[in-house]
Amino acid sequence: MNTTMAPNVKAVSAPGKRTVYSICGMCSVRCPMEVTVEDGRATWLQGNTHDQAQGASLCAKGAAGLALEADDQRPQSPLIRSGPRGSGQWRRASWDEALDHIADKLKQTIEQHGPRGIAFSDRGGFFGDLSRTFVKALGSPNYFNHDATCGGNVHNAARSIYGFSHAGLVPDFNHIKHVVLYGRNIVESLMVKEVKAFMGALGNGMRCTYIDPRASATAAKATRFWQVRPNSDYALNLALIHEVLRQKAYDEDFVERWVSGMDVLREAVKHTTPDWQEPHTGVPARELREFVAEIAGQVPHVIFNPGWMTARHKQSFFVSRTALILNALMGNLETPGGFTLAKGPEYYGRKSLKPLAARAPAVTEPRVDGAGTTHPTWDPAIGMLHQLFAAMETAQPYGIGAYIAYRHDPVTAMPDAEAVKQALDKAALVVSIDVRYSETGWYSDVILPESTYLERANILGQLPGPVPVFTMRDQAVAPRFDSRPAWWIFREILRRLGKMEALDFETIEELWNYQLEGTGVTVADMRESGVVRLATSPKLTPRDQLKFPTPSGKIEIDSDLLKQAGLPAFPPYEPKTAPSGDQFTLLFGRPPVLAHGQSLNNPILREIAPEQVLWIHPERAGPLGIADGDEVEVSGGGSYVGRLKAKVTPWIHREAVFMLHGYGATVPLATRALGVGVADQRLQHGKLYEFDPAGGGNALTETIVRVKAAARQGVSA
Amino acid sequence: MSIYALRHDEASCIGCQACEVHCKTNKGLGPGPSPCKIISTGPIDIGGVPRVRHTFMPCFHCEEAWCVKACPTGAMKKREKDGIVHVVAALCVGCKSCITACPWGTPQWDPGTNKVVKCDYCMDRVDAGLDPACVTKCVTGCLSFGLANEVPDPRRERYAHFVLAEPARGV
Repeated sequence: MNTTMAPNVKAVSAPGKRTVYSICGMCSVRCPMEVTVEDGRATWLQGNTHDQAQGASLCAKGAAGLALEADDQRPQSPLIRSGPRGSGQWRRASWDEALDHIADKLKQTIEQHGPRGIAFSDRGGFFGDLSRTFVKALGSPNYFNHDATCGGNVHNAARSIYGFSHAGLVPDFNHIKHVVLYGRNIVESLMVKEVKAFMGALGNGMRCTYIDPRASATAAKATRFWQVRPNSDYALNLALIHEVLRQKAYDEDFVERWVSGMDVLREAVKHTTPDWQEPHTGVPARELREFVAEIAGQVPHVIFNPGWMTARHKQSFFVSRTALILNALMGNLETPGGFTLAKGPEYYGRKSLKPLAARAPAVTEPRVDGAGTTHPTWDPAIGMLHQLFAAMETAQPYGIGAYIAYRHDPVTAMPDAEAVKQALDKAALVVSIDVRYSETGWYSDVILPESTYLERANILGQLPGPVPVFTMRDQAVAPRFDSRPAWWIFREILRRLGKMEALDFETIEELWNYQLEGTGVTVADMRESGVVRLATSPKLTPRDQLKFPTPSGKIEIDSDLLKQAGLPAFPPYEPKTAPSGDQFTLLFGRPPVLAHGQSLNNPILREIAPEQVLWIHPERAGPLGIADGDEVEVSGGGSYVGRLKAKVTPWIHREAVFMLHGYGATVPLATRALGVGVADQRLQHGKLYEFDPAGGGNALTETIVRVKAAARQGVSA
Repeated sequence: MSIYALRHDEASCIGCQACEVHCKTNKGLGPGPSPCKIISTGPIDIGGVPRVRHTFMPCFHCEEAWCVKACPTGAMKKREKDGIVHVVAALCVGCKSCITACPWGTPQWDPGTNKVVKCDYCMDRVDAGLDPACVTKCVTGCLSFGLANEVPDPRRERYAHFVLAEPARGV
């Protein structure tokens, strides 16, 4: 096999010991790391110490990368479906056969629907230029990331205020005095650099107010815990703003100079007093006032984390938005102990990586989900995936014939797996490109095995930040099976459609050289350390020279985007009815050893994964005859019923139950995860098309489930 | 006892279990044996706020190690120069006497080799001037390793801050 046929089969098996710089692929955080390779085998993984914030640290998932590599339970060659969808009947195919098959189906889709009838999703991140280039070269506007069930609401909320994504706000944990977290579970849904900085700051006396109906492991590190009612955080924020303004606990100079629309804000929170919010949230008004009095002495070193996974309820966009406004009131932008604004290379007089997307012709078709057109507040760069499935179902505003899920598993990630499958049934072609058997892959027509992150090289990544960096995932080892890297797969599909120009590279080095053109950085530099810093030290923009990419150049409380969408700047809070009897709001979360559905089949992670239990409050469990450790049945209104043990604890709000996400897999070939636990997404019945209209994110935590004690199994009379 | 200390600063531990996987992958172990273990309990109510407690359980490397005395083949050894208690795999016959003898359940059964495996502070790494795998790659830096009197101990300093200057910080 030559390098053109399989560019990742090359001289990586040479004898001896060497260090290869890579980027972890065990979750979508993508930590920089180094791989020790001995005689062609990866023997040691650790964080890339050239990145000081990372150091040698890796989490459990990252360390279990060696077990992924050694695992045989992953697609070993292209597979083409030979029975009905989801039947598990497959035949092995050569790459040529599988790619020809896909290309034929894509041609049919293009004939029937035009190129816009091809849709694609992945999980975003700093290699996104490749995915976007592929979709653009296909001639389709329909690239989606996973943010409909992740950060879509906070991303779009930040755009509505600051004009840029929340990713542009980097907390300076070295000097922060108080951090406020709305269920942002830093300790368990962990990003290594973030949790390291967070724990370091707590050790140095930083205060942390943690807001969540459940006491997560982050609550267990916080200095204040507010066990709020489920989905009530918008009411809390309206009252916080009211009280911050009343106590003048904000940076008046900053607000005067940089914030527009304060009159609209004052009007919106005129009546949302601490006493008003108390019945909505359950937070005592006195405690709220005390909190504001406390932060008054800490301004501007107070940050309100606007959220990460914010696909919770239909006002989640406004939770993030009001949190971002609280940051503006704190005046914490571009100041030590606040948020440092992320900068691109140009800020430091350097040049960005040359975008691959520039090589593909522009696409002028409107997006199928209306992002950026009928939904002006939804960023067209990320889309809103549930509306892709809506379009598959209805062929409105136009038909979708083909869908490619690249390392993305919407059947697990989206609510209501049955509804997702029903939509997929309408597509003529469903392709899964992944390193593992996902639920979506199992329901697709073709599975293309991507080489694991240790077996492949990616395009170079660029990360804006206080100091922007270029980052590299080099190939560490040869693939164990007949797999390929994504850039090669995309190129080969485009080649078959006569659209190869955008990705016309023979080797990854050739592609890297294109990206690095004019940057003053070489492939050799990248291979030297994996991460190349584009400035020696971070620089803050003087505060009188700030400029926000909004129409006025200021932080816009009275958002132009919301006006275009016909949405109010601050809708009134929608009070929540408390579920009673056997009904509960279903909340979900992650343990630190699992990344959604992708980890449980890893032999090492399966071993240490916690048993999935249902957190339920003793005052609600008692009347239902449920004691700690009892088996319970949970249903979400559909035919799916989950069965698991109850954890009876006062550390979950009375109105809610909680379970871990990432369990309940059904793929027979992934035997370790098969049938383990309950799939919370299958309990989110009827929620696929329920979303926050302003931010677009799914309303996952509006799911109401019924809980009952399970009939005893296997007990003879 | 060994001349070393492997310190666990519980206050900065998050119970992420990364140490367990760092240990296992360094020793090439599959599911089953866990030479070190984080045991977490909680949340529990401590002064009105939830707290989760974490205990790190590697090996104590006892001065009079019961596992060494129980071993019939001399596979379980205490290293003369630094007191590290370790298994010589070639001599281990898999009789599990050490597992029975240890009061803390430290020695682990490896179904991959049918022998015993245990925490040896990653002595090959220690001999190369490196820290054990768990310490090297700990997410928060709550684990530290070194000569017993030289390992950093943040507890006294933290307590002093609490008592003298900033009671609001808590301990």
